[in-house]
Amino acid sequence: MSFLGEVIDWFRDGSHWSGNDGVIHRLAEHVQISLVSILIAAAIALPIGIVLGHVRRGGLVAINVSNVGRALPTFALLILLVQILGIGDPPGLLAFTGSLPALIALVALAVPPMLTNAYIGMTQVDPDVRESAQGMGMSGGQQLTRVELPIALPLVMAGVRTAAVAVVATAALAAYIGYGGLGRFIIDGLSTQDNVQVFAGALLVALLSIAVEFALAGVQRALVSPGLRVGRERIARDIEQAPVQAVATAPAPIGQIPSK
Amino acid sequence: MGPLSLAQDIGSRWVYWPWVTDHLDDIWMRLSQHVTLTFLAVAYGLVIAFPLALLAVRWRRLYPPIIGFTGVLYTIPSLALFVILIPWTGLSRTTALVPLVAYTLLILIRNIVAGLRAVPPEVQEAAQGMGYRPLRQLFVVDLPLALPAIVAGIRIATVTTIGLITITALIGQGGLGQFMIDGFQRDFRTPLTIGVVLSVALAVAADLLLVGTQRLLSPWARVKTR
Repeated sequence: MSFLGEVIDWFRDGSHWSGNDGVIHRLAEHVQISLVSILIAAAIALPIGIVLGHVRRGGLVAINVSNVGRALPTFALLILLVQILGIGDPPGLLAFTGSLPALIALVALAVPPMLTNAYIGMTQVDPDVRESAQGMGMSGGQQLTRVELPIALPLVMAGVRTAAVAVVATAALAAYIGYGGLGRFIIDGLSTQDNVQVFAGALLVALLSIAVEFALAGVQRALVSPGLRVGRERIARDIEQAPVQAVATAPAPIGQIPSK
Repeated sequence: MGPLSLAQDIGSRWVYWPWVTDHLDDIWMRLSQHVTLTFLAVAYGLVIAFPLALLAVRWRRLYPPIIGFTGVLYTIPSLALFVILIPWTGLSRTTALVPLVAYTLLILIRNIVAGLRAVPPEVQEAAQGMGYRPLRQLFVVDLPLALPAIVAGIRIATVTTIGLITITALIGQGGLGQFMIDGFQRDFRTPLTIGVVLSVALAVAADLLLVGTQRLLSPWARVKTR
């Protein structure tokens, strides 16, 4: 039988879907820890990035935080955290996510892109627009929520997307340090030299990441005001014509490049 | 102190120097495996990204599909992409290299295109007025001007690749990730520390080397940054 035929049979085998080591349960684990860590990271990163961007301070910190993450490989981060914290459940309410080192690694991974993008999104709001909001008598808070945030939203969302995809990818790697999730199929398949299971696991992980990316792109489209979208495209085209220096001095490209 | 507690003591130390001096050969071997794989991945990445970027600059309509496709490749988690070729190419260098190259493409193409598009039209017209043919203009005028953006892309691709290669140890390709795995499996922190420190140091060193090279190659850009 051809290899791909065996993979199809693997998926058709009901026993691979049910039970504690079935696809459904592993998918639930994967989504659960990813979702929790993205929410925690968003609760930390977005307020800081948005406020720093609003007051236009601390830009160096906000931008460099994502450069630091790039040099330390996520694999190293996971293994280091196991050495420091041991393999165990997170305390209290978060115990259901199953792995403290995995959770911390995922949060640490998701904070930088969200923080950097939120900051840059806020600082890119046209000063004229801010002034006219002030001229209309808006308070600082009103300016923030009614004018600046809607305009910054595309970049803020780009950060969330980048972070989410990186988190889903790294949650797969967390199987190596004993966490569940879809990565289990790959790690276990590698150690038993079961190529069919490895391949099936890889397909599942890849599909989940791509689904998350497209789903969040859809959310972004729904959230961003349509009038703004047209403007954005125009701005984006202008940026492409901007001097080389803009690209060269920003080694952490905004948005789509997560640290892998 | 019994032998067991002595072993535990050594295992829990972040660095046990006698191990390091005993394993200098191993360390050198893993480091050179890591460097070789990084170099190959970025070099192949450039060979593929360069013509695609030129096509995207020449025909703007090609840019979105090229970026879309390489973007989807970039979205696929490294663990998945590293194992996906195993059924065909086994636990070989090719199995590791193909995903590594695939991941560099998005970064490289985006930066090469951005760099080339930012070449001022006046400069291009001047080159044409001086009778430069397209190919000569590309190599003598456009590419040198786009160099800072291109090198910025190579830097990100290189640092990302160095991090990713730590994972290729899982499919038997050695490199510094092998030390991390050894340390993790044997509960012996010294190789783990060596692996982490050397991979971070390698990333920083490669980054500095690339910045330095770019500064040497495009002295005019230094004036502009002021």
